[in-house]
Amino acid sequence: MSIQNIERRRFDALIIGAGGGGLRAALQLAEAEASVAVVSKVFPTRSHTVAAQGGMNAALANVLPDNWHWHMFDTVKGSDYLGDQDAIEYMCRAAPKVVYEMEHFGVPFSRLDNGKIYQRPFGGQSQNFGGDQAARTCAAADRTGHAILHSLYQQNIRAKTNFFDEYFAVDLLKDEAGNVLGAFVFNIHTGEELIIEAKTTLLATGGAGQLYRTTTNAMINTGDGMAMALRAGLPLQDMEFFQFHPTGIAGRGMLITEGARGEGGYLVNVKGERLMERYAPKAKDLASRDVVSRAIYTEVKEGRGCGPEQDHVMLKLDHLGTDVIQKRLPGIRQTCITFLGIDPAEHPIPVYPTAHYTMGGIPTDRFGRVVTPVKDTPEEVVNGLYAAGECACVSVHGANRLGGNSILDILVFGRAAANHIIDYLKDVRYHKPMDENSVDRAYERLHRWDRTGDGESVEQLRKDLKRTMEDNCGVFRTRDILENGVKEVHKLQERMKNARITDHSGLFNTARVEALELENLMDVALATVYSACARQESRGAHSRIDFPERNDIHWMKHTLFFRENCKLDFKPVRTKPLSVASFPPKARVY
Amino acid sequence: MRFKIYRYNPETDKEPWMQEYRLDDIRPGMMLLDALLAIKEKDPTLGFRRSCKEGVCGSDGMNINGTNGLACITLLSDLKEPVEIRPLPRLPVIRDLIVDMEPFYKQYRDVKPYLTVKDPLPEVELKQSPDDRDKLDGLYECILCGCCTTSCPSFWWNPDKFLGPAALLQAARFIMDTRDQATGERLDALDDPFKLFRCHTIMNCVQVCPKGLNPTRAIGEIKKIMVKKSL
Ligand code: SF4
Ligand code: SF4
Ligand code: FES
Repeated sequence: MSIQNIERRRFDALIIGAGGGGLRAALQLAEAEASVAVVSKVFPTRSHTVAAQGGMNAALANVLPDNWHWHMFDTVKGSDYLGDQDAIEYMCRAAPKVVYEMEHFGVPFSRLDNGKIYQRPFGGQSQNFGGDQAARTCAAADRTGHAILHSLYQQNIRAKTNFFDEYFAVDLLKDEAGNVLGAFVFNIHTGEELIIEAKTTLLATGGAGQLYRTTTNAMINTGDGMAMALRAGLPLQDMEFFQFHPTGIAGRGMLITEGARGEGGYLVNVKGERLMERYAPKAKDLASRDVVSRAIYTEVKEGRGCGPEQDHVMLKLDHLGTDVIQKRLPGIRQTCITFLGIDPAEHPIPVYPTAHYTMGGIPTDRFGRVVTPVKDTPEEVVNGLYAAGECACVSVHGANRLGGNSILDILVFGRAAANHIIDYLKDVRYHKPMDENSVDRAYERLHRWDRTGDGESVEQLRKDLKRTMEDNCGVFRTRDILENGVKEVHKLQERMKNARITDHSGLFNTARVEALELENLMDVALATVYSACARQESRGAHSRIDFPERNDIHWMKHTLFFRENCKLDFKPVRTKPLSVASFPPKARVY
Repeated sequence: MRFKIYRYNPETDKEPWMQEYRLDDIRPGMMLLDALLAIKEKDPTLGFRRSCKEGVCGSDGMNINGTNGLACITLLSDLKEPVEIRPLPRLPVIRDLIVDMEPFYKQYRDVKPYLTVKDPLPEVELKQSPDDRDKLDGLYECILCGCCTTSCPSFWWNPDKFLGPAALLQAARFIMDTRDQATGERLDALDDPFKLFRCHTIMNCVQVCPKGLNPTRAIGEIKKIMVKKSL
């Protein structure tokens, strides 16, 4: 279609991404009678929130004593003191209300005998600022993400939200002054482009787990929103922090929830030893994820791995009994039976750390507004642009996310962003004029894939990228490895210029979608390796063999990566909470 | 291993046709989706939906050797050769294995699939006993893959009037939920010669559901409740 004939539609609010964050925001906006459009490259209930298992944290104190301040302490400590304490206080205070709302929306939470929401222990949780284990994770069996995503979609049906299902967002539209004006998208079914003009745009596109070969992430998790932000001249923050979940099924990557250990499961090495006793004497299997992942790596590296290749450890659940497993962990039981042919009620599960979660992302404040440094101000608001959930970095997870905090994050900040948008819309009555140059640029980027003739295949480049990231940006890192990673990703980006697709059909062209997704992954990969190379310390999920210690004097700061010239910048951590005293950095033991 | 896959791109094909593919590198434990992805590497024009690779997102429902199922949790070793793969039956084909699910989604929306509470909401959770919560097991886990409805003869014959097993399963999910306060309206809306009563307990839906759910039983429960209510 020629660029002049492209249809244009106008909404108050555009939301890109229909996972939990996008849908929570959409619901809030639709109920406030804003006109809201949700663009998603998949039907909403296919979004990756659906795969979240264990639950969401909130200090409801339904099972054990708890309060939001303890939750805040655990989250700050879990973040290895890189989390922003204003945002963390906000999230932990909001958590109970957000859970109750979800319950009212219909989420079928598991229940206690007194009829209240069931809560289970999860890693990194404590009572009393580092005391006994807490039980803070609200669960719907081990299908909490599914229950939450479906309930939110259902409520959006009631609220009559406008959905653009199976539309792919190509780029943000932006004027010279830096105002974000909407997005350039296309309908995957027909190939037709569409310009969506919006007073506000919320990115809720999720993470980028497809950077890695073995990952718990769905195939759609290609960092689209992050890459859109980079191309719009905005930075990505803290991209060096990528979480490897301790218990992916070895060699295959399917997630086995931390809830399995929360219910009493534990890890054993080839000698049958409870390996976590060595690495986290107190919290053992419920230490933070970064700690448990490193422990498994170390066991395997030192020759105590299981199996013919000695390349994994075992997660033992059989002592819990079939009833508990069927009641509390039915989903992972089914997954083990389907993919391994073993029933965890009888046999231990082979597990290994697996790429899981992008702690970094698009920098925002606690209202979900995207912020970027301008001259001497480290956090200047980008007009009209918001981000929430895994694609954003607010930052509540800092250098390491606690289990049960991701679903909480998407709901709290999806909601907060929507509330801020509602206020903003009161003042901003009109759409700003469209910047036609930015439309042209998006159009050209999309139509670059119309080229025919010989060239590299997207499939090969994708394989090479995943391999490169796995080899050069895994759990343990050194300067040499990371510098090699930077070089290799640059080479891949060069090769990308010469890539071609052979399918030029307008109808549901999945080859074209995959090409655009790979472009996004390439940009996010570059941000990741550059940031990892720069940070000369070990903190949270970023473990440098050459810099084994945390260095609060030089490195208690956020990394910012810009696409232009691969420039790096830094900004301070917001250590001041909203109302309570700051938690100063301390040695982190579990 | 040999595959015969339904191909149709209305832009270029006059009619649907079957394309044969061969894969040599079959590893133990490989799922049908792994095979499709390997085929797509060689022939990127083959269209199908997929995402989670573990049976939770509901993207890759398709007809496999005559039976509906999810490619990502169908073991190749369980399949007879050549593996014949077609799109889910009786929905309009957009391209290759990709169907237009809108008629299916519309049925879903038609049962008002959202919790309705009329009383003022408390500042905490609505209480529900573990036993009452157990009534939702087998109902709430549906992933909207469409395998059941598109295998149901009653749906084939009355696609516009019969709601189909997936939507009826959702209707049951809310009727059974002790927190929901629209049970009367829900039952009234289903009291129609077609919407619900076209189910003739043929059980195709139960046989194909990849999540092991039982829409037939759910439909039977709704009928029972209706009868009780009319007495
Ligand atoms: S039992 Fe009813 S809903 Fe299920 S396939 Fe048969 S007719 Fe259809
Ligand atoms: S009931 Fe089963 S087959 Fe039907 S849509 Fe739901 S998950 Fe799929
Ligand atoms: S790919 Fe998600 S259900 Fe098969």
